[in-house]
Amino acid sequence: MIPAAFEYHAPSTIGEATALLARLGEDAKVLSGGQSLIPLMKLRLASPAHVVDINGIAGLTYIREADGFLRIGGLTRESELEESELIQTRYPLLHDTAKVIADPLVRNLATVGGNLAHGDPANDHPATMLALGAEVVAVGTKGERRLPIASFFTGPFVTSLKPDEILVEIRIPTPAARSGGAYLKLERKVGDFATAAVAAQLTLGASGACDQVGIGLTNVGLTPIKATKAEAALKGKAPDEATIKRAAELAAEASEPAADLRGSVEYKKDLVRVLTARALRKALERAGR
Amino acid sequence: MLVKLSINGEKHEADVEPRLLLVHMIREVLRLTGTHIGCDTTHCGACTILMDGRPVKSCTMFAVQAQGKALMTVEGLEQNDKLHPLQEGFMAEHGLQCGYCTPGMLMTSYAFLKKYPSPTEDDIRRAISGNLCRCTGYVNIVKSVQYAAAKLRG
Repeated sequence: MIPAAFEYHAPSTIGEATALLARLGEDAKVLSGGQSLIPLMKLRLASPAHVVDINGIAGLTYIREADGFLRIGGLTRESELEESELIQTRYPLLHDTAKVIADPLVRNLATVGGNLAHGDPANDHPATMLALGAEVVAVGTKGERRLPIASFFTGPFVTSLKPDEILVEIRIPTPAARSGGAYLKLERKVGDFATAAVAAQLTLGASGACDQVGIGLTNVGLTPIKATKAEAALKGKAPDEATIKRAAELAAEASEPAADLRGSVEYKKDLVRVLTARALRKALERAGR
Repeated sequence: MLVKLSINGEKHEADVEPRLLLVHMIREVLRLTGTHIGCDTTHCGACTILMDGRPVKSCTMFAVQAQGKALMTVEGLEQNDKLHPLQEGFMAEHGLQCGYCTPGMLMTSYAFLKKYPSPTEDDIRRAISGNLCRCTGYVNIVKSVQYAAAKLRG
């Protein structure tokens, strides 16, 4: 399959890239890992007149903790996240997620920033970042903005990024003691989008109650979903089995899946319930309950 | 647009349209037809090549993105008329039937064994999970990779 013709731009600085994007407007698409954009272009579901390849911009690939945040550079590849010792030891939810995105070959090119900026409700990192309470850093011609993830996904394949902005960093609050998370995804085969998936992150307080809870849902709505009622059912409470079950039911109620080849609406909603309960139990185990 | 890159240690350059996919440059412009096009939709991995040592799907990259990169294709495995232990393993263990997926399987396994010389069966299965084979049922592919791992460890 041959994509429609386009003009290719390869800026080497963020300033050059944002100036280009500002000039080209809606006719341009940012090329990061390309593992979503290029398939769309090959199918001619996307035919941008201009492609702005940001892979030549130095300094956007890193994973480090600083000033109370885990900072992930926008061009960090999924495989780098998967292989990072820091992620493996301190951020099990992120590690769970990176391992099940597409397949190992795609993960060598796919970027964490692109997984978010694409705004696809079937992508895996949106739910993870919703559960982790992340924020994204965007840079445009007018400077830098910090965008909370909870209001980042504004519609199907639409985010709050402006046309001239590039997602340069993801910031995740470093976990307090007794924190844990898990990502559970049901997929028909490696590389398929989730039938449904659930990200759960929590922190236990001194009394054993949940001080902080985040729950995100993948591919069960027009946008990634933050299951706020399910979170509220757990917050401040001891996470006993009855409370977990109640939260799982509320997460299922928050989901708005569409029937497709992967399953019916009823099936997917029940899957959200089951996966939420399992993800919460695993997160609790990792938090060292 | 002029693209300069190296493949299997040899320098190449070609003037290509930005929309040309890397796999098409490799096969049709540079005439290295060992790399296959299978599904053309980022699923099957028949087009897998190494870019700066990492296996990637060359049907899901534009040739212009490989500017200045060092690529390796299946043609680079054989050295001095001697098959690579992976190629030997695929022969000895019947790791292929129709052979269509084989170039991709070989390139993924090559990068994998460089990084993980003593893999478990589960590790191998995970590593090749982005490469589809519709003939073998994977059992003999896993055995072929194990053969190569043992031989490379010496």
